[in-house]
Amino acid sequence: MSDPVAIEIAVFNVILLAMLFVVGAAVARLRSLFAIVMLTGAYSLLSAMWFVTLDAVDVAFTEAAVGAGVSTVLMLGAMLLTSRTAKADRRWARIGPLAVVLVTGSVLIYATTDMPAFGDPFSPANSYVGADYLVMTAADIDIPNIVTAVLSSYRGFDTLGETGVVFMAGIAVALLLGFGERSLSANRARGETAPVRTETKADKSDHHVVLRVVSRILIPVIGIYALYVHFHGELSAGGGFQAGVIISVAVVLYSLVFGIAAALDAVPVAFARGLAAFGVILYAGVGFYALTQGYNFLDYDAILSHGADAAGHHGDTNTHGQHIGIILIELGVLFAVAGSITTIYYAFAGRAPEIRDEDW
Amino acid sequence: MDFILERYNYWAIIGLMMIGLYITFQSGNLIKRLTGLSIFQTSVFLFYITLGKVTGGSAPILFGRDLKPHGGEAPTDVVAGAGAAHDAAGDVAGAVYGPVNGLYETYSNPLPHVLILTAIVVGVATLALGLSLIVRIREAYGTIEADEVAAIDLDTAIAEAADREQTEAAA
Repeated sequence: MSDPVAIEIAVFNVILLAMLFVVGAAVARLRSLFAIVMLTGAYSLLSAMWFVTLDAVDVAFTEAAVGAGVSTVLMLGAMLLTSRTAKADRRWARIGPLAVVLVTGSVLIYATTDMPAFGDPFSPANSYVGADYLVMTAADIDIPNIVTAVLSSYRGFDTLGETGVVFMAGIAVALLLGFGERSLSANRARGETAPVRTETKADKSDHHVVLRVVSRILIPVIGIYALYVHFHGELSAGGGFQAGVIISVAVVLYSLVFGIAAALDAVPVAFARGLAAFGVILYAGVGFYALTQGYNFLDYDAILSHGADAAGHHGDTNTHGQHIGIILIELGVLFAVAGSITTIYYAFAGRAPEIRDEDW
Repeated sequence: MDFILERYNYWAIIGLMMIGLYITFQSGNLIKRLTGLSIFQTSVFLFYITLGKVTGGSAPILFGRDLKPHGGEAPTDVVAGAGAAHDAAGDVAGAVYGPVNGLYETYSNPLPHVLILTAIVVGVATLALGLSLIVRIREAYGTIEADEVAAIDLDTAIAEAADREQTEAAA
């Protein structure tokens, strides 16, 4: 602990954990759902900063894009469709949960006496396979970002499963809430004009002008940034998951500023869900291609196999197959995540009444 | 003192986890309950990342001399070192991060990062699923308070039972 960098990290660590604690306690006490949702966003952002101090830059990136961005938007959408305040609880009803939490907490804290020290390189979690990945990545896969290497090559099968889960969640949400056309078509069927559509352009209050102009500039930049994050995923923090979320954030921003109808025109629902399905098929397709070449499922050496023998040993001299495979499956992840999150957003936004100016 | 310094992270994370658990248990409001669940979930993420931290380590992205020159062959000593270290890693408990294993720099453990990265994205997908179920509950019951939903369910069940008795009596 005498190392100045270590002390700095420890100080950041304590401050951020304390802030997380305060935000968490505030969430527990508050009853306004709007405040709770916004504080959850702040909580995610704080934990993203905390991840950076503990070297998990890829995780921090994902948490910032997903936790602070997308989940906040989804929770706001759900809140608009349900209610804005939680019912007041009875005071005595807190005793039971509090007792359970105190007992569980003290048992867990008692268990930490057996835990390895913070930052111990010899702890069981840090031994064996994690260290192996660090050492072998340079020869096996030859990309600097080891997290990407593990994610997309060593443990590509896990990631395929997770991409499938995201896709299935998108389908499930769409089945529960509709693909997003529902509220628009329902309004039309009832002969109602949607409340916001009745206003002419000139009626729209002026304070949205800044938003509209800024987001018109911002949205293409967000798109380019997403592609940058995607294609630099092998060299630095980032990758398909983060880029997919960022792309759907661009769609969300467009829809919030210009209205859901305009967003549905620009990125049709069928395109979003088709993109999600195509992503999963592309990912799984790479795996099946490797099978047809006589390799293991998702063994990218199948794609360009100069240095590998049929027994499945990695080619030491040639890693181009790995590079191409990682690019393909990361594209699959990008498509699947962007499509699924956009579909999920449309499902909520399609039901929500558009926020009128007086409600802002 | 060392004992505390080595473990305060775990304690803080357990505290956060208990806040999430408390919200999940105590709140009858379904959206607030999901918020508690996601705080609980985040605390598990924090726990994993804490376990993967190595003192003096940096983010697990190879840099400096650990990086092979682009397009060329790897410096032979690095590859040889890596191979030897890999063979030894199975036997030596507690593989050492950094110089000994043929790496010049120290890095944190990349494996928890991978697990948590994908868990976060799956987490938002399941959160969306939970929220959409809540939206449907609100449409069916007109409320998102768990106790009110239960009361409505009970009333409906009693009314249905009474209905059934009436039709049986009539028959």
